[in-house]
Amino acid sequence: MGDRGGGCCPPMDLFRSEAMQLVQLIIPMESAHLTVSYLGDLGLIQFKDLNSDKSPFQRTYAAQIKRCGEMARKLRFFKEQMLKAGFSPSAKSLGETNIGFDDLEVKLGELEAELVEMNANGDKLQRGYNELLEYKLVLQKAGEFFTSAQRSATAQQREMESQQMGDRTLETPLLREQETATDLSKQVKLGFISGLVPREKSMAFERILFRATRGNVFLKQVPAEEPITDPVSGEKMEKNVFVVFYSGERAKNKILKICEAFGANRYPFAEDLGKQALMITEVSGRISELKTTIDAGLLQRDNLLRTIGDQFEEWNLKVKKEKSIYHTLNMLSLDVTKKCLVAEGWSPVFATKQIQEALQRAAFDSNSQVGAIFQVLHTRESPPTYFRTNKFTSAFQEIVDAYGVAKYQEANPGVYTIVTFPFLFAVMFGDWGHGICLLLATLYFIVREKKLSSQKLGDITEMTFGGRYVIMMMSLFSIYTGLVYNEFFSVPFELFGRSAYACRDLSCRDATTVGLIKVRDTYPFGVDPAWHGSRSELPFLNSLKMKMSILLGVAQMNLGIILSYFNAIFFRNSLNMIFLNSLFGYLSFLIIVKWCTGSQADLYHILIYMFLSPTDELGENQLFPGQKITQGFSSNLIFLCISFQQVLLLLALVSVPWMLLPKPFLLKRQHENRHQGQSYAPLESTDETLLSVANHDSHGHDHEEFEFSEVFVHQLIHTIEFVLGAVSNTASYLRLWALSLAHSELSVVFYEKVLLLAWGYNNIIILIVGIIVFIFATVGVLLIMETLSAFLHALRLHWVEFQNKFYEGDGYKFYPFSFALLDDEDD
Amino acid sequence: MYGFEAMTFNIHGGYLEAIVRGHRAGLLTATDYNNLCQCETLDDIKMHLSATEYGPYLQNEPSPLHTTTIVEKCTLKLVDEYKHMLCQATEPLSTFLEYITYGHMIDNVVLIVTGTLHERDVQELLEKCHPLGMFDSIATLAVAQNMRELYRLVLVDTPLAPYFSECITSEDLDDMNIEIMRNTLYKAYLEDFYKFCQKLGGATAEIMSDLLAFEADRRAVNITINSIGTELTRDDRRKLYSNFGLLYPYGHEELAVCEDIDQVRGAMEKYPPYQSIFSKLSYGESQMLDKAFYEEEVKRLCLAFEQQFHYGVFFAYMRLREQEIRNLMWISECVAQNQKSRVHDSVVFIF
Repeated sequence: MGDRGGGCCPPMDLFRSEAMQLVQLIIPMESAHLTVSYLGDLGLIQFKDLNSDKSPFQRTYAAQIKRCGEMARKLRFFKEQMLKAGFSPSAKSLGETNIGFDDLEVKLGELEAELVEMNANGDKLQRGYNELLEYKLVLQKAGEFFTSAQRSATAQQREMESQQMGDRTLETPLLREQETATDLSKQVKLGFISGLVPREKSMAFERILFRATRGNVFLKQVPAEEPITDPVSGEKMEKNVFVVFYSGERAKNKILKICEAFGANRYPFAEDLGKQALMITEVSGRISELKTTIDAGLLQRDNLLRTIGDQFEEWNLKVKKEKSIYHTLNMLSLDVTKKCLVAEGWSPVFATKQIQEALQRAAFDSNSQVGAIFQVLHTRESPPTYFRTNKFTSAFQEIVDAYGVAKYQEANPGVYTIVTFPFLFAVMFGDWGHGICLLLATLYFIVREKKLSSQKLGDITEMTFGGRYVIMMMSLFSIYTGLVYNEFFSVPFELFGRSAYACRDLSCRDATTVGLIKVRDTYPFGVDPAWHGSRSELPFLNSLKMKMSILLGVAQMNLGIILSYFNAIFFRNSLNMIFLNSLFGYLSFLIIVKWCTGSQADLYHILIYMFLSPTDELGENQLFPGQKITQGFSSNLIFLCISFQQVLLLLALVSVPWMLLPKPFLLKRQHENRHQGQSYAPLESTDETLLSVANHDSHGHDHEEFEFSEVFVHQLIHTIEFVLGAVSNTASYLRLWALSLAHSELSVVFYEKVLLLAWGYNNIIILIVGIIVFIFATVGVLLIMETLSAFLHALRLHWVEFQNKFYEGDGYKFYPFSFALLDDEDD
Repeated sequence: MYGFEAMTFNIHGGYLEAIVRGHRAGLLTATDYNNLCQCETLDDIKMHLSATEYGPYLQNEPSPLHTTTIVEKCTLKLVDEYKHMLCQATEPLSTFLEYITYGHMIDNVVLIVTGTLHERDVQELLEKCHPLGMFDSIATLAVAQNMRELYRLVLVDTPLAPYFSECITSEDLDDMNIEIMRNTLYKAYLEDFYKFCQKLGGATAEIMSDLLAFEADRRAVNITINSIGTELTRDDRRKLYSNFGLLYPYGHEELAVCEDIDQVRGAMEKYPPYQSIFSKLSYGESQMLDKAFYEEEVKRLCLAFEQQFHYGVFFAYMRLREQEIRNLMWISECVAQNQKSRVHDSVVFIF
C-alpha cells in the first residue's frame, strides 16, 4: 500500500497521511543505547513491542529501568524538599554537561544521603526546639495559674484568719503561713502532672481522666493562644496547657498511661516560684542557642538544595530520557546470539534517510565495529496515520481526530475543515462587531504565544489557547459574514456606499420596503442597510439564510461525496452521487436561478409536486424553459415527452438500486479473481513473501472468508442510510439559518432593550448601568455562550453531515518515540 | 420493596455505586497474580504494582522495601477509597459503610488489650492496628484492667458499646477471656449488621443476608475447631454462635457437641453449600480449610456485583480488596523469605 500514495497524485501533506513503512533495525548490542537515544532525538519512528508476552521485570533491561525509577524517586524527593524550602528549581539549563548515567546515579545517591542526614539532624534539633518551646509555654501558663491560685488561696486564708483571729494576725503573720504550709504538705500528698494536649482531644482527655480515676483528679486547662508545632509530628496544631492534680501512686500510673495514649507531652514543673523563674531563663537560653544552630543547619540545607535546584531540570530530563530509552530497548527482541537487538517499528518513508544517518552516527560514536542494519519489511498490517502538522493546522486536525483518527492514507477532511469549519461557524455568528471582539481576544493569545505556551494554564484557558488559530479563523470569517449580513452589534452601517433605496416622500421613517423606491444601483456588498428595522426584514432574511444554508449544505455534502470518490479511486473501490444531486442539487440550482432571474416562483411547490404529480403543469412557478415542457430539440422520440424534472426524478429512483446492487457483485468478482490469482502466483516474489510471512506470523491476515450475504446486507444498510441521510442531512443544514437568526435577534434585543432604553432616560447613572448590563450580556451571552453553541453546531455539521459521506476514521495515530514528547507526559 | 429500588436508588446511591464499580475494575487479575508470583525480589513486586492502581502509593518508597511497607501502602489506598466513599455517602449508606468497619474495630480492641496484657509498647501496637478500625481513644484501652473498666472507660463512646452488654464482667483479662470477648462482640456485631440490612430491605437485604450468613457460619466453624480441646464448655461454645445463618439452629446444636474435626465435617456435610468446601479437604485436615472458605467467600462476593441497586457491592468491594491485600502480603512474604514454592498455598485469585 505504501508505494501507491506517491504515484497517482501530487504530494499533499494533509490530504493523505504520510506513506509509512515497517522497518526492521538490527542493532549491535554495544551501540544499542546510543542508537535508540539518537532515534529519540529524531523522533520519527514508532517502535513495536516485540516482547508483549513478557512481564515488565522479565525483560532485558528491567534492572536499568528499576534504577531509573529509583533515580526519579530521588529527584521527586529533591523537588518536594525544594518546594518545602520555598524555592522552585530554576528553569535555566546550563547546557549539556555530559554526566554519565552511572555517575549521575552515584551523585544522586550521595546527595540524597546528605539531604536525608541533614533533615534528620534538623528534625532532631527542631524537635528539641519545639519541646523547649512547649516547655516554656507550660512554665508560663502553669506558673500563671499557680500564682493566681496561690494568690486567691492566701487571700482566702487571710480572710479566714482575719475572721478567726481578728487583730492578732498583724503580729505573727509569717509564722502562721509557714505553719499552714507545712501542715498542707503533711496532710495530703497531692502530686501533679503538667503538659500539653491537642485541643480537639482535650474534651475526651478530660472525660477519660475523670472516668479512670473516678473523679479523683483536678484538671485545669488553659488554651494556648497560637498554634504550636508538635514535636513528634512536626505539624502545627492548637493545644491546651493542662495541669492535673492527683493523689496516690495508682492514679499517677493511670494518668501517665492516659497522657501517653492521648499524645499529651508532659513536662516537669517546679512548685517553687524561684525555681520556676530559673527554669524559664534556662529554657529561654537554650531556645536561643538551639535557634542559632537550627538556622545554621537550615542555611546549609538551603545551599545544598540550591545547588541541586540549579541542575535539577537537567537531571530530571536526563533521567526521563534514560528511562524512555530503556523502555524502548525493552521492546526490542534479543537476537539468539545475544549480540544484537532486533527492532521493528513504523516510520514515515521520507524519514528513511534521516534514520539511516542516525544509525551511522550512532555506530560511529559508539566505536562499534558493525553498523546497524536497516531494512524495510512488507506487511499487510495497516500502518499508523501520521499527518505532519504545524501550530496552525494542528488544532484543525485535532477537530477531525476527536471524531476518529483517519484510516491510513484516507482522504483527510482536516484540509477542508480549515476553511469550512470557521466558515460554517461564521454563518451562524455573523456580526462583525462580535467578530472583532473575538479577534482581539484571540490575537492576545497569539501575540503572547511564546510566553503562554511555556506555562501551565487553567483547564478552560488551556483549551482556548490550544484552539487560538481556530478561533482566529472563526473570528475573521465572522467579520466577513457580518459584513455580508451588515450587522455591527446588530446595527447596520452604510459601509459600501449609500443604500439603494430611499423614501417616496420625506415623512416615512419606519416605512416598509414597499414604501421605498429604488433610487440608486444595487448595494454593492452584503445586505442593504435599508432592510434593517423594516417590517419585512425577517421574512427577507429568513428566506435568504434558509436558501443559503441549503446551498452550503448541498455544496459541502457534494464535497464529501467527491472525497469519497477520491477514496474509491485510491483504494480501488466503487460508488455514486446521482441521488443527492438529482433532488437537492436541483433545488440548489433552482435557488440560484431564482436569485439570478428575480423570479417569484414558489420553490416548495415545485419540489413537492415534482414527487406528487410529476406530469402536471407548473404554471406560474416555471423558472426556465424546458423545466417542464418537452425538450423539443431532442431527436429521440421517447425522451420527447419526458421533462427535465422527470429525468431527474427517474435518475434519483434509478440511483437507489444502482447504489445497492453493483458493489456486492463487484466485490465478489474481485474476490474470486484474487483467489484465482493466488493459486498462480508469480514465482519471483516468493522469497520475499516467505521471508515476510516468516517474520510476521503474528501480524494477522486480512484474507477473511468473503461472505456475499454479509456484504449485501452491509450495502443495503449503507444505501438506506444514504437515501434517508440525504434528506435529513440537508434539513440538518438549516441549523445554520436557525442559529444565525437566533444570534442576530439576541443581539437586537440586547441593543434595543438595554442600550437604547437606557439611552432614552437621559440619566447618566441609568446610562452607565445600561452600558454595563449591555457589555456583560454581550460578552457573556453572545460572545461566550453563542460562540460555544455555534462551535458545537459547526462541529456537528462536520462530524455527522460532512464526514459520514466518506470518512472511516478507524485508523490509529502515529506515536513516535521522541524525546520532544517526553515533557508532555509529565504528570 | 422488591424491585422498586431501581426507581430511587440512583438519587443517592448511584454515584457511589459507579465509583465502587470503578474501583472494582482496578482489582488485580489472575494475570497480575501470575506475574507477581514470578517475582524474584520485593522490588520486582513494587515494579509490577507500579503499573496497577497501587502505583502512586508505592512509587515514592525508597528501595530496600519491606513486606510491611507494601501492605501498609496498599491498605492506605483502601482506606483512602473508603474515606472518599464515606464522605460522599448519605444515610442509610453511610451507616452501612460504617458497619463494615466495626469488625476491624473489634479486632483492634482485642489486639490492643492482648498486647498490653503481654506488656507490649502501646505505640507499637497502634501501628499494627487496621486503620479502618481506629477510633479516637483507642490508645486508652491500655489503661483498662478488666472488662468492666474496658467498657466504662473507653468503649462506651464507640459504636461497639451496645455489643458489650453480654460480656461485662469484673474478671481480670486473660487470653481466654479476650478471645471469648472477641467472639461475643463479633456475634453481636454480625447480628446487628444482619438486622440493619434486613431493615434496609430490597436487594440489599437479599444479598447481604447471604453474605453475612456465610460469614456467621464460617465463624461458627472456626470457633468450633479452635475450641476443640480447650476448657470451653458446650454451652459457652453454643453461646458464641450467631443466631442466624444456614447452620442456625440445628447445625449449631451439632457443632456445639463436636469433639474433633471429623465430627465437624460430618455436621457440615449435611449442608450442600458447605459440602463442596469440605469435599475438597482430606479427612482430618484443617489447614486448608481457611483457604477453601476464602475461595468460597470470594466467589460469593464477586456474585454480589452481578446485581445492581444494592449496598452489597460496597461490602463486597471492601472484602475483596482486603483479600487482595492478604494475597499481596502472602506473596511478598514468600518472595522475601525465598519460599516461592509455597506462594500458591494461600493466594486466592479474585478474577
